[in-house]
Parts: sequence; structure tokens; C-alpha cells
Amino acid sequence: MSNRKLNLKDKYRLLTRDLEWEYSYRDYEEIFKQESFEGIKITDWSKWEDPFRLTMDSYWKYQAEKEKKLYAIFDAFAQNNGQQNVTDARYVNAIKLFLTGVSPLEYQAYNGFAHVGRQFGGVGARVACQMQSLDELRHVQTQIHAMSHYNKHFDGFQEFPHMHDRVWYLSVPKSFFDDARSAGPFEFMVAIGFSFEYVLTNLLFVPFMSGAAYNGDMATVTFGFSAQSDEARHMTLGLEIIKFMLEQHEDNVPIVQRWINKWLWRGYRVLTLVAMMMDYMLPNKVMSWQESFEVYFEEAATSLFKDLARYGIEMPAYAATAIEEKEHLSHQAWSIFYNYGHAAAFHTWMPTDQEMDWLSEKYPNTFDKYYRPRYEKWREMEEAGERYYNPTLPMLCQTCQIPMGFTDMENPTLTSYRQSEYDGERYNFCSDGCKDIFDHEPEKYVQSWLPVHQIYQGNCGGAEMEDVLGEYYRINLGVDNLDFHGSPDEERWNAWHNLQPAEDKLKEAS
Amino acid sequence: MTIEIKTATLEPIRHTFEHTRRRFGDKPASRYQEASYDIAPENNFHYRPMWQPDKLLNDTSRTAVVMEDWYAYRDPRQYYYGTYVQARAKLQEVTESNYAFFDKRGLAGRMSEEIREKIIRCLIPLRHMELGANMNNVLCTAYGTSTVVTQAFLYNGMDRLGIAQYLSRIGLLLDGNSGEALAQAKEHWMTDSAWQGLRRYTENTLVIEDWFEVFIAQDVVLDTLVYDLMYRQFDQTITEQGGSDLAMLIEFMQEWHKDNSRWVDATLKTTVAESEHNRELIRGWVADWQEKAVADLAPLAEIAVGEDAVSASVEVLNKRLAKAGL
Ligand SMILES: [Fe+2]
Ligand SMILES: [Fe+2]
Ligand SMILES: [Zn+2]
Repeated sequence: MSNRKLNLKDKYRLLTRDLEWEYSYRDYEEIFKQESFEGIKITDWSKWEDPFRLTMDSYWKYQAEKEKKLYAIFDAFAQNNGQQNVTDARYVNAIKLFLTGVSPLEYQAYNGFAHVGRQFGGVGARVACQMQSLDELRHVQTQIHAMSHYNKHFDGFQEFPHMHDRVWYLSVPKSFFDDARSAGPFEFMVAIGFSFEYVLTNLLFVPFMSGAAYNGDMATVTFGFSAQSDEARHMTLGLEIIKFMLEQHEDNVPIVQRWINKWLWRGYRVLTLVAMMMDYMLPNKVMSWQESFEVYFEEAATSLFKDLARYGIEMPAYAATAIEEKEHLSHQAWSIFYNYGHAAAFHTWMPTDQEMDWLSEKYPNTFDKYYRPRYEKWREMEEAGERYYNPTLPMLCQTCQIPMGFTDMENPTLTSYRQSEYDGERYNFCSDGCKDIFDHEPEKYVQSWLPVHQIYQGNCGGAEMEDVLGEYYRINLGVDNLDFHGSPDEERWNAWHNLQPAEDKLKEAS
Repeated sequence: MTIEIKTATLEPIRHTFEHTRRRFGDKPASRYQEASYDIAPENNFHYRPMWQPDKLLNDTSRTAVVMEDWYAYRDPRQYYYGTYVQARAKLQEVTESNYAFFDKRGLAGRMSEEIREKIIRCLIPLRHMELGANMNNVLCTAYGTSTVVTQAFLYNGMDRLGIAQYLSRIGLLLDGNSGEALAQAKEHWMTDSAWQGLRRYTENTLVIEDWFEVFIAQDVVLDTLVYDLMYRQFDQTITEQGGSDLAMLIEFMQEWHKDNSRWVDATLKTTVAESEHNRELIRGWVADWQEKAVADLAPLAEIAVGEDAVSASVEVLNKRLAKAGL
């Protein structure tokens, strides 16, 4: 018998696609109950082009090799106390934000891709989603393992899943993913597969990993490299699902366009946290938020949407607003966190002189004009022993759940503010994007679990802020939070490196 | 003589995350523990799923089984992603060399036409059942509760896809990569009366809503019967009839089933031991699905092995259930 050689495509067809059969004891609709309620029309799943033709045997093999290398680094990192080699203990706050804010999203992605990995009627799409689900489980678990050693030497990592479900600013990423997972399977794929993994990943995942590389964080950057090929697969899946939906039926085009508008705005709002991380939390800066936004959003998205124009898809709505905000976003966000530094689970601080100069250079149109004066005043207060903390609770945007601190871009001293009425109640929004999202599905967004409302309603451990922060959020007050200067993190760091705290140095000098 | 390298020791401020400390005590937790316990979202879900508005996103009521603590489970294999893929990579390496050996030595040509036909008719169509098992286990991942439970379902689900692919490769080894064996096997799956029972059973499991019932119907009842029937009894039958080379092609399935059964048994046992409510519920499901499975498998068992084959497999199942406290 002579064995014919099979090419990859044929092989994948025989080994995977051909496993499907036509049901006759049960109806297709009983088995795939969720395929039609969103109004997306699929006429022929066999037209699905497999974005990566990976069979399980090679998956196990490649992934096992990657894991082996990754865990060898984790072991070495722990054994050599690699946490001492980061640029500065302030850096560690960036990965606290990552573990509490982003790793739980990997978990949600694991859930969400398993869900669509069961619900899609085409075996090719199902299997691709299942593999992504498994990858996302990998990401959350390896991130936990990467941070596990930091948790033993720094404060603020120790309650990450508990905090993700409760803490005010973590409701921004949590509600984003809850939103996607509670949508139907096709919308989930536009939200996460396309918008998040394909369009925005270079603005979310990459800055954290590059930040780790620039700041001597071996554990995190090794994870980043190890996840790179997973992410490449996820990106091709995200693009394939969009093309597939658009090619299946012209009626899908307006639905997909609306989802793209919604999810890129929603995702961009989550990136607020990344913007401030890049500009303020990295002692060694990679690039400014504005620079990264220009390369990875403005340039990349423009060419992507040019490509999608042949399907009748246009540049996402509100892209212009995001572009207008790029010179302000990170500063406004860091101001909010500095103000509420007693309610965050990580440390905040005012930039050093050198860092202020970097910000002036990177943001020549805005930093000196609007933000430096504010910061200098806060720094004076801190030096006078009156570090500023805002004792009030902010109002939150009903959609993105960020405190209403963004300003009008024409007039950056005015807070931007939108309202809608629904069923006799009034709702507040930070932007047109968030308002439009609400107006289109008010019955969904009135459900938002808004942390500040919940505190007022007494659902978060009591009326006293101490109870909310200490008992309900489980923040160790004065340890996990407040200013970096004077924190136990700083103290330990100085002890490891035989450094004197800045204040003592000053005292000695005078 | 031993040499001793001195490293600077730094006293840690805590040994593990707070949730693993609460569960396992104030000591360094294992990687399995840190990766598996108390990390799933449980509270303050923002929106009801549009695809199931009467439930929350992660809702424990997607099964009638009740557990006071859904993290009461423990996978005896302690698989988290890293240990899982490494265990499977090892198994696939052995399999790969078996398949290469089979191919290089032209062992397919050494099989009689009759044996080949029998493998194509009785074994290869199982690849479709494995796809059903893939969907069923992924469903349990999607709607089940707690990572320690759901991750093992995903490993199982992906394993089943892998097994479906290995079965397909056996077909390709037998037909010289023409795909004819696979087409024939699919025809059996679709129309051969010996297979219609199993296909009906599979399609019926795909519409079950309660994820724990899916686990019972697929992983407990059907898999125990099918794996005993095909990978033990059928293997023996084929060997007796001169087709012993098949053994090296199904070693993966045999080894995998041993490995997976440790987790299935542990999961079953923990659930049944939790309460009388769970025990009764599961007893009911087992009775239901076992009755269906025995009837649906009988025609296939008869052509693959012989008359008493199903009852031999039922004995294996009963032993297993008894061990779990049923
Ligand atoms: Fe990921
Ligand atoms: Fe991803
Ligand atoms: Zn908003």
C-alpha cells in the first residue's frame, strides 16, 4: 500500500472538521440553542476557514515545551529572589494592578471561550475557541505562579480574586468582561476575540510585558514571551470570526458594525488603567501612552479598517474622541487614583522632578499647562505633612464605571458629563460613547453593580469607609494602600538595598 | 560529599495568597493549589446573561447537585495547565513512535482484509462519539462551578478531541491516507444499524441541560462501558483473530482512560459523599442513562465482541459505582 502524503489542510479536514455529522435523532436547534437569537445569520459553517490548524498532539507537545521553560525561570526567579532586581519597588504596583485587574480577565476569557466553544454550530469554530479557552486558563494560572513569589515579599497581591469581585476600580475591567460574557456567542467574539484580542491587545497586554522587560521583572516578562505565540493564535481567530460573519450574510454587517463601535469604546475605556500605568507606574518608561496609542491604535486600526471596508465596515465610532483624549487620559486617571489613594489596593505617589520633566517632554501641549501645577501643589501639601486624599465618593459612569473625572477636551477644566433617563430614573455617563451604549440596551446597563451606589445602599460592609475598605474589600489599611512613601513595601525595599528613605536623607543633610 | 551553595535568604512576609492560606493553612501552597482554588468569580456579577436571563453568569444552580463548597474537590492527578500538558505530551510521544513504527513497518498490510474491515466498522466510527464527548465535557467547563472542577472537564474535553484525532489517524493508517476508511466509518455511524443506538445516545446527551447529569451520562456511564468494551474486550478479540498490531495504536486510549478514571472516581465520590440529596439524584441519573446505554450499545457490542460483551462491561461499571458509594 502506498501512502499518499496529506497536506496540512486536508489532514486537518480529515482529523477535525470531518468529525462532525448531521444530527437526526435530535434537532440542530436543540443542540445549539444560542446560535440565532442575536440576529446573526449563518448559512454555511463549512465556509469557516480554520485560523490555525493545530491538532491536539502538536498542541500538547508545543505547549509542554513552553511550560517547561517557563517554570524553570519561575523556579530560578524564586530561588534567587529575583524580586530584588526590579528597578524600584514602585514598579511592583504595576503588577499588583495586573494581578487584580487583568489576570481575572484571563479567567473570564477561559469561561467565555468554553461557552462559545460549546455553542457554535461549526466544529472548526468550536475547536478554535476551545483551544483559546485552554490557553486563557494557562494565562491566568501562569500569571498567578509568576506573581506568587512577589506576593511573599510585597503587599497588595494577597486577595486578588476577592478584590476583583468588589473593589471600585476593578469593577471597570470586571464589568467589561461580564458584559461580553452575558452577550450572545457572536457578540462575545466581536467583543473579546476581535476588539480585545485583535485590535487592543498591543495596548493592553504588551505594555505590561514591555514594562516588565524595562524594569527587570524576569518572571513577568518571561511569561509574556511564553504567551506570545498563544496570542498570535488568538488574533487570527479574532479576525477570522469577523470575516466569517461578514461573508455569511449582508444582514450581519450593521449588527457587527454596532458591536465594533460598542466594544472598541468599552475596551478603550478599560485601557485607561494601562495608560496611567505606562506614564506613572513604571520607573523605567517604555514609551508614553500617547506614543503607544498612535502606533497601535491610530496607525494599526486605520489600516485594519481600510481592509475591512470591502465588507462595508467603517472606522469605529468614537475613535475621534479617543484620539482627542490621548494627551490627557493618563494624567486624569493618575489624578483620580492619587486622590483616592486610601481606597486603592496599591500605592500611589507624585512623580519625581525627573519624571515630571519626562511627562512635559512627552506631552508638550498639556502637561505643563494643566497637570504640572496641580501636581506641584499636591507635592507641597505632602511635604507639609498634609498628603491630599479626597474624602468624598465619586460619581461613576453607568456604563464604563470609571469615576466621572474625564474632562471636555475643548475645555479640559470642565468635567464631561452626559445623562439619560430610563424608566423614570436618571443615569450618568462620562462620554457620548458610554451614553449611546446605554441608550441602545438600557435594560442591560441599568443592572450595573456600581460600587459607589452599592456602598451607599449599605451592601459593602457598612456605612463607614473603614468597614468598606478593610472588611469588605480586605485592603490592609495603611499597608496595601496610601502613598508609596512611608509604606512597608518601601521600607523592605530599602532594607534589601541598604538604602535610606528619602526623608531621612533630607533630615541628615539639613 | 555534598557541596553547599550559600544563597541569601529573605524572610517572606507571607507564605501564600490569603485564599489559599484560609483553605490550606499558613504555609507555602503547591502550584496546583494556587492555580485551582478560589480564583473563579463568585460575586457581584453585573448583568444577567442574555442567553439565560433567569441565572447569573457563574451560577451554582446550573445543576441540581448541591455542594456546600464547590472547592471540596481535588483532582488526584493535581493537574493544572502545566502539569496537564506535560503529562499528555509524554503520552503523545509514545503514541507518535508507535504510529511511526506501525507505518514504517507497513503493519497495516500485514492485517487481513477481514480484520481491517472489522476495525473500520467497529472502532473508527467512535471518533464521532468522541466529538460528542468533547462537546459534553466543554459544556461542563462552561457551566460548572469552581476551577478545581471546571479545569479537569476542559482537560477531558480536549483529550477527547485528541482521541477522535488518533482514531482518525488509525483510519488513515489503514487506508493509506486516502480517507476512504474514514468515509466508510462515517457511513457506519450514520446508517449501520449496529451504530444507531450509540449515535442516538450521543445526540441525546447533547441536549441535557444539567451539567452534572452530562458528566454522569457521558464520563461515568457511557465512557466506562465503551472503554471497557472497545479498548479491553474488542482489543482482545482482535488479538485473538490475529490483529494484535492494533494494540499499539490504542495504547493512548487505554492509558488515558486509566488516568482520567482517577479523576472521574474522585469527583463522583466527593459529590455522593456530600449528601443524601446528591446520592439520590445521581442514583436516578445513573439508572436512567445506564438503562439507555446498555440497550443502545448492545448491537455494537455484539458485532464487535460477542453476545455477553455488554454484561461484562456493566459489571465493570457496577464495581466502579459501588466504589464511589452508589
Ligand atoms: Fe490571555
Ligand atoms: Fe488571548
Ligand atoms: Zn463611561
